[in-house]
This record gives sequence, C-alpha cells and structure tokens, in this order.
Amino acid sequence: MDDILLQILNGLDKGGAYALIALGLTIIFGTLGVVNFAHGALFMLGAFCAVAVKSLLGFEKVALDPTKLTAWGTPVEIRTPYIEAWFGDFGAQMLNFSVPISIIIAIPVMLLIGIIMERGLIRHFYKRPHADQILVTFGLAIVLQEIVKSQFGANPIPQPAPEIAKGMVDFGAMIGLQAGGVVYPAWRLIYFLFSLFVIAAVFSFLQFTTFGMVVRAGMADRETVGLLGIDIDRRFTIVFGIAAVVAGLAGVMYTPILSPDYNMGMDFLVLSFVVVVVGGMGSLPGAVVAGFLLGIVQSFASMNEVKSIIPGIDQIIIYLIAVVVLLVRPRGLMGRKGVMEQ
Amino acid sequence: MSKFTISRRGLLKSTAIAGVGIAAPTILTSRAWGYTNEPTGGTVTFGFNVPQTGAYADEGADELRAYQLAVEHINGEGDGGMLNTFSSKALRGNGVNGKKVVFVTGDTQTKSDAARASAKRMIEKDGAVMITGGSSSGVAIAVQGLCQDAGVIFMAGLTHSNDTTGKDKRANGFRHFFNTEMSGAALGPVLEKEFGKDRVAYHLTADYTWGWSQEGSIKKYSEDLGWQTQAAVRTPLGAGDFSQYITPVLNSGADVLVLNHYGRDMVNSLTQAVQFGLRDKVVNGKDFAIVVPLYSRLMAQGAGENVKGIYGSTNWHWSLQDEGSKAFVSSFGKKYGFPPSQAAHTTYCQALLYADAAQRAGTFRPSGVGAAMEGFKFDGLGNGPTEYRAEDHQCFKDVLVVKGKENPTSKFDVLEVVEITPRAQVEYPASLLGGELGPYNDGA
Amino acid sequence: MGRNTTPKQDYLLLIGFSAAVFAAPFILTPVGAGYPDLLQKFAIFGIFALGFNILFGLTGYLSFGHAAFLGVGSYAAVWTFKLFSMNPILALIVATVIGGAFSVIIGFISLRRSGIYFSILTLALAQMSYNMAYSVLTPITNGETGLQLAQSDPRILDAALGRDYGAVLPSSDLFGIHMNGYPGYYFCAVIFIACFFLSMRIFRSPFGMMLRAVKSNQNRMSYTGLNVRPYTLAAFVISGMFAGLAGGLLAVTDPLAGAERMQWTASGEVVLMTILGGAGTLLGPVIGAGVIKYFENIFSAFNEGVLMQVFDFLPAFLQHAMVSVSSLFVGEGWHLTLGALFMVIVIFLPGGLMEGFNRLRTLGSRVLRRHVDDPEVPDPVERAPGPAE
Repeated sequence: MDDILLQILNGLDKGGAYALIALGLTIIFGTLGVVNFAHGALFMLGAFCAVAVKSLLGFEKVALDPTKLTAWGTPVEIRTPYIEAWFGDFGAQMLNFSVPISIIIAIPVMLLIGIIMERGLIRHFYKRPHADQILVTFGLAIVLQEIVKSQFGANPIPQPAPEIAKGMVDFGAMIGLQAGGVVYPAWRLIYFLFSLFVIAAVFSFLQFTTFGMVVRAGMADRETVGLLGIDIDRRFTIVFGIAAVVAGLAGVMYTPILSPDYNMGMDFLVLSFVVVVVGGMGSLPGAVVAGFLLGIVQSFASMNEVKSIIPGIDQIIIYLIAVVVLLVRPRGLMGRKGVMEQ
Repeated sequence: MSKFTISRRGLLKSTAIAGVGIAAPTILTSRAWGYTNEPTGGTVTFGFNVPQTGAYADEGADELRAYQLAVEHINGEGDGGMLNTFSSKALRGNGVNGKKVVFVTGDTQTKSDAARASAKRMIEKDGAVMITGGSSSGVAIAVQGLCQDAGVIFMAGLTHSNDTTGKDKRANGFRHFFNTEMSGAALGPVLEKEFGKDRVAYHLTADYTWGWSQEGSIKKYSEDLGWQTQAAVRTPLGAGDFSQYITPVLNSGADVLVLNHYGRDMVNSLTQAVQFGLRDKVVNGKDFAIVVPLYSRLMAQGAGENVKGIYGSTNWHWSLQDEGSKAFVSSFGKKYGFPPSQAAHTTYCQALLYADAAQRAGTFRPSGVGAAMEGFKFDGLGNGPTEYRAEDHQCFKDVLVVKGKENPTSKFDVLEVVEITPRAQVEYPASLLGGELGPYNDGA
Repeated sequence: MGRNTTPKQDYLLLIGFSAAVFAAPFILTPVGAGYPDLLQKFAIFGIFALGFNILFGLTGYLSFGHAAFLGVGSYAAVWTFKLFSMNPILALIVATVIGGAFSVIIGFISLRRSGIYFSILTLALAQMSYNMAYSVLTPITNGETGLQLAQSDPRILDAALGRDYGAVLPSSDLFGIHMNGYPGYYFCAVIFIACFFLSMRIFRSPFGMMLRAVKSNQNRMSYTGLNVRPYTLAAFVISGMFAGLAGGLLAVTDPLAGAERMQWTASGEVVLMTILGGAGTLLGPVIGAGVIKYFENIFSAFNEGVLMQVFDFLPAFLQHAMVSVSSLFVGEGWHLTLGALFMVIVIFLPGGLMEGFNRLRTLGSRVLRRHVDDPEVPDPVERAPGPAE
C-alpha cells in the first residue's frame, strides 16, 4: 500500500514535468501551427538559467596562497564567492536559494528568448511545410546546445535545492497513515505543487483575459480573427514567449532533481511530443492529462512486481501507451479534428 | 591460405625474438610482407578516437589532452612526464623507432557505428598504425574488433566491462584500465571492514552489458562476505529520473544500495538516492550505505556534495603520492591548469606503453608490438608494479578504493583514497572470463 | 509539379549518376572524402534516403521510425552470416525481406492514422524496438556491444560447401572478393545505382503518380471511391525494404550490428538528409545523405594541428586568431556547423540543396545563354508542394 502511494507520488512528480513541457509545446502547435523541435532546447536553456544564476552569484574572488602549492606546482587558489565576502551570511543564503532566485530571473530571460526566436525565425515559417519547420528548429536546437556546451562543458552541473527543502516530508502521516511509511523529498512535492500552479496560471490567463480569448479564438480560426482587424501576429509573438517561459520554468525547477547538462533537452524532446500527441493535438487539457497519466503509468510499470511479469516493460510503456491510445482514439485523448492531420 | 598464414606468423615470431640486433632478416621480412599502414617516411601516425560530442565529451576532451601530452613527451618536448619515472628506458625522447609521432583525432560520439567509422577513416585515409581512446565498453569492443580486422593495434581507453578482455578479447587489442571483476574483488574487503558481514543489498543496475557485469561481480564478492542480495532491479539507460526505482528501496528492508550506473546515470541516480534520504537513513539498526562500484572523478563532480562518504573503486586518482603519479599530475597540471582524470591517466599510459613496446620490438608490426607487450612488467606509471598479461592482454595492477571526500579543498578534490588493494588480491585466472584472443592480424 | 521529363533525359541522368558514383573515389579525394569507408557510407545512406524519399517525398507521410528497418536489416544480415554463409548476396536478400516484413507490420499499424499521429506511431514503435534490442532482447541482438561474428559460428552453407576460414574471423566475400575497402565500395555502388534506377522508375510510374495524388489531396482520392491504404502501405513497405537493404549493406561492409542504429536520432537523421537535400526530388536525398556523412566524418576530424596547417599561409598572430575562431566549428564543434547549416539551408533554400543547384543552373544558363547539359545537375524537377497546413 505504501509502495503504491509512493509510486503515485513519483508519477505525479514526473507527470508535472511532462505536463509543463507538453503544455508549452501544444500551445505552439495549437496557436502557431509550428512543429517546434527546439522545445527541448528551451527546457534546457531554462535549466541553464539556474546554472548561470548560481555561477553569477557564486562569482569567486581568487586569492593565491604562495605558501601552499598544488600538486602541479602552482600556488593554491583560495576562492571565496564575492557575495559571501561582501554580504556574509546573507550572501551565503542567497547562494543557498539560487534555484528559487533563478525562477525570478528565468521568467524575463525566457520570455525574451522566446520573443527573439519567434520574431527572428519562427515567424517566417508559419506558412512553410512542417518538414521545413522541423529542419530549422532542429538546427536551432543543435546550435543552442553547442553554445551552452562551449560555455559550460558537457558534464552535468549540480544544482542543490535550498537546505530547507532538502529534507523529507512524512506525507503518509499528513494524510493519516502510519508515520514513516510514506516519506517523500520536500523538493519533489514542491515541484508537483509548482507545476500545478503554473498550469493553473496558464489556463486562467487563456480563460479569463481578453488576450487569452483572442488567442483561443486564433487557435480555433486564425483567418477570421485576422479579418476582424485584430493584430494576431503580435499576440502570437507573446504566446510563443509564454510557451518558452513555461518550458524554462519546468527546467529551472527540475535542476535539483536532474543535474543539468547541455544534452538534457533532447532527452525530453521525444517524450514531450509523445505526451502532446497522446493528449491530442491542439488540446491544452489533453496535454496536462496525458502528462500526468504517462508519469503515473511509467512509475507503476517500473515496480518489481510488474517487471517480474513482463520484463523490460518499464522501457517501452510510454510508447506502448501512445500506440494503444492512438489506435483506440484517432486524435489522442482530447484532440480536435483536423489539427495536424495532414 | 590458412597454412600460409601460420607459417608467416611463425617466421614473424622468430624474427621478433631475434630482435633488432639481426637487422637483415627483419628488413627482408618487412619487405616481403608489409603490414597495414607501415610507416615509410619520417613520421608515424597514432589515431586518437575519443568522444567529442554526447554525454562523455568532457571525458573525451581530457583523454585528448593526455594524448597530446604523451605525444609531446615521446617526441622529447615538454618535461617528459612519466617517461622519467617509467621503468622501461627504451624511449629516448626522439620519437619511436626514429620516427616522430604525429596524430589524428576523431569523434566516437559514444556510438559503435560512429566510432568504427572514425577509426576506419584513421586507418584507411590517415594511415594510423594504432587506434586508441574511447569512453565506453560498447565502443571499445566495437573498435577493437575493427582493428583486429584491419590489422592495427587497439589500445583501449576507458572501458570497464569484463568483456573487453574477456568474452570479446582480440589479439590486436590491449587494455590498461581495470574491469568489473577487479572492482568487485577490491571493494569486497573494504565493504566488509566498513559495513560488516550482515548486510542486505539492493542493486539498481543500468540495463546493458556493462551494468550486468558490474552487478554480477559485486553480487559475487558481497555474497561471499555473507551479504544477502535482496533485489537487483534493471533501469533503462538514460532514465533521467530514477525515483520510481528508488522509492521501493525505502521500505524494502535493504540497508545497502549498490548503484551499478556510470556517467550521467550515476550522477542522477546518486543525486536522487541522496534526495530520498537514503544516505541518512537507519535500517535494521545500521546506517544505510550507498555504494558506487565504478567512480569517475569527472562525473563525481557532477553529483556535487552528494558523493560525500560514498564508497567506490577507481583506476587511478591524481592525489596519489608515488613518483609516477606526481610527475604526471605536475606535467598535466602545468600545461592545462587542473589535474588529470583517470580517463586521462589511462590513455596517457596506453600511448606510452604502445610507443615503448614498438621501440623495444623495433617495428610497428602488430604481431611484433604485441609480442613486446605480452607479459611486459613495468612500474612507474602511477599504479605500482604492473603486468600486461599475455593470456588476455589485460593489465594487472593495484586497484584504488575511494570515498567521496567530506571536506573538499577544491572542486577537483572530491575523492579520497581509502585503500590501495594490492594486485594479488584482484588477480583472476584468464579462463574465468572466457573468450579467444586468436592470432595477431598484421593486415596487408 | 514541375515539367514533364522525357525518358531520354532520365537515361542521361542515370548515366551521369552512374558515372559520378563510379568516379567518386577520384572526384572526392581532393576534398578528403576519397577513402573506402566514407564512400561506402555515402552509397549506403544514399540508398536509405532514396527509400525514405519514396515514402515521404511522394506521399508526404513523415515516418520517424525508419531507422528500425535499417537496424533490423543489419541484424538479419549478421545472423545470416553467422548461421548460413558469408556470401553477401544471400545476406542482402534476407535483410531486404526481413526489413520489408517488419515494415509491413509497422506500416499496417501506423498507416491507420495520418499527419503527426502517423509520425508518432512510427516513432513509438521504432523506439520500442530500440529499447528492447538494447536490453531485453540481448540474446538475439547482443545488446550494447552489438552483434558480432565469431569463429565458432556454424555457417551451415559454407560448411556444406567445404569453406574453412581457418583461425581468423571471416569477413564477407563475394566469391573470393572481400567486401571491405574499394571492392566493398563498388559492390555498394552497383546496388546504389540499381536502387536509384528503381526509385526513378517508381517516380515516373502510374504508381508514383498515384502516391503524389495521395499527398496533394487524400480526401479527394477517397471520394473517387479509391482506397488509398494499399498504395501508401506499398510505398511504406518499399521504403522499408530499401532501409533493410541499406542495413544489410552496413553489415556486409562491416559485420557488426548495434542497437543504436535503431534509435530515434538515427531515424531523425534520414529525415534531415531528405529534407536537407530536397524532399520529393530524385537526387536531393542522396546529396543530403552525402553532406551529413561528410560533416560527421571529416569536419569532426579537424583538430588544432590540422587547422594550424590550413592557416599556415597567414602571419602567426592571424593564424592563431583564425585557428581559435574556426576551432569552434570543427573538431568537437562539428555539431554546431551542422546545426547552423540546417538553418541556413532551410531559411534561404526552402527546397533544400536541390533548389540551390537549380537556381544556380537557371542563373548559369541565363548568363551563358545556353543550355547547360550537365547530367550531374538534374532537371528542375518537381519541387513538391509541402503538405497542406
């Protein structure tokens, strides 16, 4: 029982990440009609916002200690982050909270990256075939990755969560089970809640603002909205920016779980497409539902009890679900007719 | 055809034994039967085939740095590094067999196909007589097979699977790095000393040949101590988030978690295991322990402070205080500003060992170089007295058991050496791992 | 849909193509690509891309799982070597048949959907195959290490014919000619030309017209009472067989089959090759395959020493500056160049490299005021209209 509850928590946690990435991807699909193979790279850029913030905060004052030598004969360097040298404990706390601080920084940065991408590149590909979109965004993804690699190297870079969120939470006791049975890392619970919060924010933005209304109308029938004299292009730029922010935030918050490296976006790229398609093209709720569904199913498929019956099932379950869903429901769980079927 | 090959081999062997002293027959044979990429000018070409893209790109970059350093030292530039401490004095800093060493590089991408394509380019186009490098066992075995077919020597880089010098060994292939069998043998006694005989282990294993091999050897040696193995769970390569495999450990009753992962998988699974509180947990009245059988200092940096107090084994570490290691760290550090990794060390040694064997054999002919390498005993390359065993072309040397350092003084100082397990303790009969070396292939 | 081509022009194109393929070792040596392995790769991935283009270029169905057929073909060929004979012809037949059979299964399932749903179905099925081959199916595929030959393999047919390979590992040979080095390349080249011819015939046939019609408007086709599924499935299986053949050739020239051949990145690579060269054109995919393989093998090999030589003619300080700038794009940075190349091509040449050639040709003929009859440059063919948005 405890094990099952733990796996549900795992699934929700994983699902939160899947849902966030897929949400941005499906917004871009739905509104702009663009197959964005650079979406994984946006997730990766978000994660590297956290890396960059931490290394900026941790910018070190280097003093040489000539009395001690390294193994290769140069003086030992004594490194103190400037922020600690200047602000003492407060500075140390800033470093400790570098991941949450990164969120605040990542929002404008990712918005800017998204807007530049849309204005500079994506915009010119709205009317081009999907094949061209794939080639150009894939090329862009490689270029972005290589730039990150040349700056930060290929190795993963650890990004610890703040001390306060490093511990475990006795989730079982909170819902009235025996204490100690279901304990879960605080940061992962925070990640789940955070993903719910971002999803809710995106939905209410699209649902309750005029801007969102126009965008939704644009998703349904772009030409008519244009005929009404509404400048849909400018709004689409912002939509792309928002999608980039959502992917970036998913990346920032994920860094304590997965030490970021330049290639992490590619790992999530295929997965996020599968999530979006299982959810159904053009459906935002579909992407969220599919994200959590696949997360939970994947967790359960990894249990020893399941694997002992079907060996290797955890390796293929995501794809298996995708195949079954698409065969049973032609447009995924909640897809609309006519979107991306050509 | 086959008869002819055998007689040729016999002749070659006898000429190799006759040595450099009787020059005439050597020249005659080499004229009569050339070998692949026999160098004719004033230079000899080595092929450095390392991962430059993908997850092991940093390790590959470090290997390349070490190779460049080795070439400098062989050609008599720089401070000579470990050539000064190496027990064999055949190399005199004027290249090999009077030829200056030059090199070509290529990207393995840590994919067998790409690595073979790259190695083939070096052999077919650039005229390399020796291929070396790599950062995974799949690639090492694939390239080793290729070099056997093409008739050049392969000096394996970082490859830890038993199969490289076991099931899939080839006459033209040589490995300096240690393997999973030695890791298990070295870790066993230390685990007993630190954690006692009454433990319940839970394995998470990367689901491919190296992972299985590592799991098998740790199981073997820990069960010999009296440990129980509660479960051994296979995880997909590159799973990223391992939470679904880690939560079942929490309430399983196991008190040791063995992570048979390498590279990014190791960084992620270790980070997440610590996140789930496993390092601080108390089970069965004992402190919960995590073991990472194969450590890499470069990768350990990626796991940050999560490695503190975690045990594992490694081929070499820059904090070693023997003369060879000191010379190498000093030479490498002066040139690049940071200490070398174990990948850099093993590849530097491989380049040197090949050059030395070719110098002693007086030829670059694979069978000649191989004969000089087989059974070669040496010292001064950072691992104490070492031997290239003739039966399987595997180096036997001391193995380091290391632990994540509690108070690192720099970002390179993440591991501390707990014990240097002597060579005698990790040696095994060559027949244990099976496989056939087969005859040398000198190519055409 | 471009202008009609006459059979005469087609034959000129075929002759020119064959001449270029046979002369490739000499033509490509000045650019550093004139060595057997890379030439073999050009031909093999050319076949792979030709086949992919029959599906994608003609019907517009974008498969993201074609590498699965390549991988299955390789495994089939190596198993044929192990069990029956080192003769490449038999191995290729088996590889093509198994590749085709596997594509019947995957095609039958995937073609029930269209558009991106089709793409994801092929991707999912191929990834399942890859993951299984890497881990659970290791007894058949030898997992990460890859399936290799062994001395102790039975090789029933060879044994029956009394062939003994002695103490060394056998390599595939066609009646005594070993399939590595240049003989291997010319073996690939013959098959490559045959595949090109076949692909040309398909493009020009009524069947090819039917597939193009599927691409331009599937609904209209259905309204005429025609069931298009058999046509698309046929195209899918043909392209699967091309992929199986290419996989088989990979094993013939180098008898090792690894699971990573089936990974989605490998499937993506053939998609990129086809689009980069020009989807729907005859020659485009071949050129795209060549460009990508060239970058992978030659650009990745440039290191600082090589660059120093390249910029040797400059004064020392300029030499160092040029080396440090250009080393970002070659050696370990070759991915960056490839990514940038993708972007530049697709931004400025929407029809891929073939459009670039055609533009050059138009420009050239305008300048020279005469018709350039270079068979290397194909007719300004069908720049196929992209799938409707």
